[in-house]
Amino acid sequence: MAGVTYKTRQLRRRYIERSFATIAIAGALFWLIINFVKSPTQFVEVTFTGLSNGILYALIALGYTLVYGIIELINFAHGDLFMLGGLFSAHFITLWFGQRHSSGAGYGVLLLCLVAVMAFCALINVTIERFAYRRLRRAPKLAPLITAVGMSFILQFVGLRWNGSGQKTWPSLLPNGNFSIFGVRLPYTTLISFLVTIPVLLALTYIVTQTKQGKAMRATAQDQDASRLMGINVDRTISFTFGLGGALAGAAGLLFEQTRGLTSYNLGFQLGLIAFTAAVMGGIGNLQGAVLGAIIIGLIQGLNDGLPIGLGQQWSNTVVFSILILLMVFKPTGLLGKPTTEKV
Amino acid sequence: MAIIARKKSSKKQRAPFSQRTWSIGFFSLAVLIYIFYTYILPHTPDGFQSQIQTWFPPSALNEALVWVIAALGLNIVVGYAGLLDLGFVAFWAIGGYTAGWFMSGFFNQWNFHFGSESAKVIPGIHLSFWLVLVIGALICAFFGIVIGAPTLRLKSDYLAIVTLGFGEIIPQIFVNGENIHGFNLSNGTKGISPVDSIGIFGKRLGPFDLNYKYMIFVAMAAFMVFISLRLRSGRLGRAWLAIREDELAASMMGVPLMKTKLAAYAVGAISGGLAGVAYATHVNGIFAERFQFSISIILLAMVVLGGMGNVWGVMVGALLIAWVNSTGLPAFGNEINSTFHTNINFPSYTFLIFGALLILMMLFRREGILPESRLKLLMHENDDASGNEQPHDEISEEEDL
Repeated sequence: MAGVTYKTRQLRRRYIERSFATIAIAGALFWLIINFVKSPTQFVEVTFTGLSNGILYALIALGYTLVYGIIELINFAHGDLFMLGGLFSAHFITLWFGQRHSSGAGYGVLLLCLVAVMAFCALINVTIERFAYRRLRRAPKLAPLITAVGMSFILQFVGLRWNGSGQKTWPSLLPNGNFSIFGVRLPYTTLISFLVTIPVLLALTYIVTQTKQGKAMRATAQDQDASRLMGINVDRTISFTFGLGGALAGAAGLLFEQTRGLTSYNLGFQLGLIAFTAAVMGGIGNLQGAVLGAIIIGLIQGLNDGLPIGLGQQWSNTVVFSILILLMVFKPTGLLGKPTTEKV
Repeated sequence: MAIIARKKSSKKQRAPFSQRTWSIGFFSLAVLIYIFYTYILPHTPDGFQSQIQTWFPPSALNEALVWVIAALGLNIVVGYAGLLDLGFVAFWAIGGYTAGWFMSGFFNQWNFHFGSESAKVIPGIHLSFWLVLVIGALICAFFGIVIGAPTLRLKSDYLAIVTLGFGEIIPQIFVNGENIHGFNLSNGTKGISPVDSIGIFGKRLGPFDLNYKYMIFVAMAAFMVFISLRLRSGRLGRAWLAIREDELAASMMGVPLMKTKLAAYAVGAISGGLAGVAYATHVNGIFAERFQFSISIILLAMVVLGGMGNVWGVMVGALLIAWVNSTGLPAFGNEINSTFHTNINFPSYTFLIFGALLILMMLFRREGILPESRLKLLMHENDDASGNEQPHDEISEEEDL
């Protein structure tokens, strides 16, 4: 008897959730259609802006999801790592190499900077893991989480010292201006974001799915003790994962600095939060999910900020986090995540 | 000063402290401080007075007490129930705006007075401070449940993120709340100011009645301590501890997870609301841009530093950090700069100090300076022999309830 009522209650709950979700999605579609009818070109432009933001978020979100997938830690410091990556790139390109305009040499420096900033951020992330998180691997979950928050503060302090308390603008090496297809104007920076991000994502996919190290990562994520028994060096694998995540954050930092031309010490917190939301949205621990979630978040944000009928930029965070909370209510595992049962 | 005194007494006695000893100590210390500031300080030499004004100004003491009230609430959520809340600033903001709405001339389209000592001719909603405390607590409890409800099915990490999201959303609503379909909810970044002063026994407290305010804040902190201690030893508190220690086992033992967690959120939120109302009267206004993520983190640092789950530890941690933040660090910096003729901006190091504090505490003394014995065991459950050193301290042999 009790079982039956429980089951009906579950069914009713699922029914209510389904209908509510359908209404929400229908409302969103309605909003999109109205906007599209009102100004199609602006809609497409804004969509592309959203997409290019989305793939930037994807680079950061992947770092969160990689680390979470392997040691179940929300690495709060990751967003600040991205911020430091941006600062490093700005200094590397503008101050150390003195490149201020787009030129052949400029592109060379840009490529060099990409390698350097990836190495720089990877190194920081590996160091943090080595000295802080590793010692807390067996501690209750609250301990590494709070440590990560503390790390985030320390990295912000470094950013504050390096950059100063305000926003700084930097010259960009990328060609500015637009090109137009079918009357839709798109900035070159969008194109270049795609050109940088997609190879990086492909390389990551290759590393995770095809190489031996990637196999070790996946094994460690599944069961640390078992993979240790199989002869996998778990510590090194975790370090490698942190390095990989750091490198992605570095690339994102360079990309952000070059496309937006600004750095600020608290940027990492903002974008990190959004990227984490993206990772959760896609199902944390799932690489494809992180990219998908990031693109969706980027699109939502771009559309909300840029469309004629929308809440506008000042509500940007509210919109993103409301969506996160709604998603948590209806699908706590994320879009592509698999439901997990708690291990005893 | 409060901190130093308490530390010394704990070193001297060396005996395990019972809750009663702590309560008596807290009460007598509060009275002593009151007597000192009201009756002794005005008769001391000027040099000493200015020293006290630099290092322990009464307004900083009041502000520290506001932090204590909020930290005690966060302690219920994080320390008792083990739910990481990174958006506690939201409750503080809601409490503050409750004071802004019901204790000022902000809604000047209405004119409603109740129990407030302010002149009846001033438009706006003017309720008694005590009533606003209750309203703020109720509103915050409601929001605590609203925030808690969707997150109950989530694992702890997701919970942290959702609370963080709320902590970002609610201040943003207040920042942008100047024109919501033509309705001015929060006056935007300009904030609501001034807020009515506290009325007590037919007397209105002026801006310099810091000593009265001090007593009121002490009473509020004592109230929170009382609630925390009573709840902890009761059925609900034991259910919280059970959830903190093993959620799955607790639910198997028949602890209703949903109700218990919601209760933790609600009670924690109540104290956030009380702190918000108190803070609004303390700074005589409410300003949206103060409610930043760093407040949530500072509160968390207070709870972690003091000792999660132990009200006295949290109180010591909150007083210590609030003092360092508001007066200790700037005063110390000025002292150093004038002695060595340097020009170092010490308050800009707060990020470093808080970050390092959180990390070092987690690495070397996870249970805080005045730990709760159960939590200490929990925090070192999986330590292997070669791993982290077991900290040992006579203070940590505190009697458990």
